[in-house]
Amino acid sequence: MAKNIGRRVLQTLLVLFCVSLAIFILLRIVPGDAITTMMGEHADAETIARLTAEMDLDKPFYVQFWTYLKDICTGNFGTSYTLHKPVTELLAAAFPNTVKLALIAAAIAWMIGILCGVVAAVTKDGILDRLFMGFSLFGVSIPVFMVAMVLQYLIAYRLGWVSISGVEKWTGFILPAVALGWNSAGSIARLTRSTLVEVLQEDYIDTAKAKGLGRPAVIFLHALRNAMLPVITMMALQISSLLSGAVITETIFSINGIGRLAVDAITSRDIPLLQGTVLFTTVIVILGNLVADCLYTVLDPRIRKGA
Amino acid sequence: MEECLLEINHLKSYFFTRKGVSPAVDDVSLRVPRGKIVGIVGESGCGKSMTAKSVMDLLKYPGRIAGGTILLEGRDLTKLGSRERRKIRGEDISMIFQEPMTSLNPVVKVGKQVREAILVHQKVDRTEAKNRVLEVFRQVGISEPEKRYECYPHELSGGLRQRVMIAMAMVCKPKLLIADEPTTALDVTIEAQILKLIKELCKNSGMSCLLISHNLGVIAQMCDYVYVMYAGKIVEQGDVFTLFDHPAHPYTKGLLASIIRLDEQRERLSTIPGVVPNLMHLPKGCAFCNRCPESSARCETERPELYELREGHASRCFGSLESEASHE
Ligand SMILES: Nc1ncnc2c1ncn2[C@@H]1O[C@H](COP(=O)(O)OP(=O)(O)OP(=O)(O)O)[C@@H](O)[C@H]1O
Ligand SMILES: [Mg+2]
Repeated sequence: MAKNIGRRVLQTLLVLFCVSLAIFILLRIVPGDAITTMMGEHADAETIARLTAEMDLDKPFYVQFWTYLKDICTGNFGTSYTLHKPVTELLAAAFPNTVKLALIAAAIAWMIGILCGVVAAVTKDGILDRLFMGFSLFGVSIPVFMVAMVLQYLIAYRLGWVSISGVEKWTGFILPAVALGWNSAGSIARLTRSTLVEVLQEDYIDTAKAKGLGRPAVIFLHALRNAMLPVITMMALQISSLLSGAVITETIFSINGIGRLAVDAITSRDIPLLQGTVLFTTVIVILGNLVADCLYTVLDPRIRKGA
Repeated sequence: MEECLLEINHLKSYFFTRKGVSPAVDDVSLRVPRGKIVGIVGESGCGKSMTAKSVMDLLKYPGRIAGGTILLEGRDLTKLGSRERRKIRGEDISMIFQEPMTSLNPVVKVGKQVREAILVHQKVDRTEAKNRVLEVFRQVGISEPEKRYECYPHELSGGLRQRVMIAMAMVCKPKLLIADEPTTALDVTIEAQILKLIKELCKNSGMSCLLISHNLGVIAQMCDYVYVMYAGKIVEQGDVFTLFDHPAHPYTKGLLASIIRLDEQRERLSTIPGVVPNLMHLPKGCAFCNRCPESSARCETERPELYELREGHASRCFGSLESEASHE
């Protein structure tokens, strides 16, 4: 167990190192010059020289990378070129919104997805099964931005139930979260159904029934726990798609979150900000996977000993 | 006749598939007296498990009971609601399955799985239930019960898992144990141990047992009374001595001829030629007629009934009826 965790932590650190290296290289080979971005077109030569020295831009590559690594390890992501604030501060301001959005989206999507999947599986080939599966196919095949705009038009504009954009009020999160979670709900529902249908054919389900357990106990205590194993893997994978989906949803619904920060950073070539957002997102995705792995270990005793 | 615990009358369990109706269990009647071990024997696919599952109400769609009655102490199980039916499962009748490898939930500790059987039926607290589980574990010969209690199925051998299954079946002290090929997946020494265990448990607790097997050796060793099934029907029934000494049906004779006797030197193991007919396209006459060495013209056109040859011994064969008549 301890060995496992140690290995996982090492793996995580290695991934983080590679990602930071990749980001560092990528952002330095894209066209556009940091100083010009910062100072505008009219900066004089002296200022440029001074800033270049200050920011170590005249030093060799590995020195720059070392400084950058040291900085991110101490939580210093530099200062945004365009917003003139520490990147850490900007991230801290944007992060809660993204977290709320992603969490609400995940909660809605996973709850609805699992519920529909379970109902579909236990009423296999029945009306509810067909209805939910048809609906979920719809769910997985429509892109996020489309759902977002349709929801925005119908529910916010036409019906006026919630505001079109902004999250000043708590209800502002509902539409973006639904839009963002839409795809995830569809795929979770389909996966839950198919694994549950399979699990319900297993011999140990007969054993559980033969004991005299009622249908709910058989499904929730015995079948679902086994059926959830692949579903959890998918949930972990969805964390990254939820975060990338957040870029779109946050933009459409004008939510001040990490996704929008990243978009702004890209359009204005704000390298420190972009570095910060990408690294930050990477850490979250990795942590999500770590949590999923731990959950998996809790749910499946065969892994606990084996791997 | 002894007091009867389970009485199945004219049970029909059919699969209603798109291609047609498959009569997996067709007009089966059998009786399990109190305290006795009754065997069902037959080749793979003859409907043994379906008979057991009908009693347990575990038939899977598109299979269902299409007729007949299943009486447990005079109460017809087929007429009970699902809630009452559930109360009987595990408490009055419990079942051991063929595959110990797959019949335990892989993600739940075996102790908890057994404890659950107590908790569904009885109002006892968890520690009390756990103590009962440990006691039953000892009873079924599981060494170090406290340690095994915390194990997951994958940590146990096949024999141990089957012991856990037996413990689960025994823990509520049922009146009837249905054992569906409990030892088929185990090797010979473990098989002998498990069979001995089942026999002892029955003797000591007065429990009845419906033992399903395709192995006549197992049946001979264990049972008081035997039913031979073929293609969904009972083809012969009798007490174990009559059946083994004076088999009447050609199918039973064939089965007997195909078991290896250690005391006999034989050149070749005899097997019954041919295959079981497709249940959906049974011949017009006797279902065994295409493989039967003694078949006559009548067998091809007419279906034999189950003829009672003498008290408690019956055979579904025109031939055995005639030969019986000529004896007298
Ligand atoms: N889902 C199904 N659809 C149609 N027919 C089925 C289905 N499941 C089982 N059957 C039929 O039921 C018959 C009896 O099966 P059963 O499992 O009772 O055999 P068995 O005697 O227990 O054999 P085994 O020794 O292999 O366990 C089989 O011949 C099969 O044709
Ligand atoms: Mg079977």
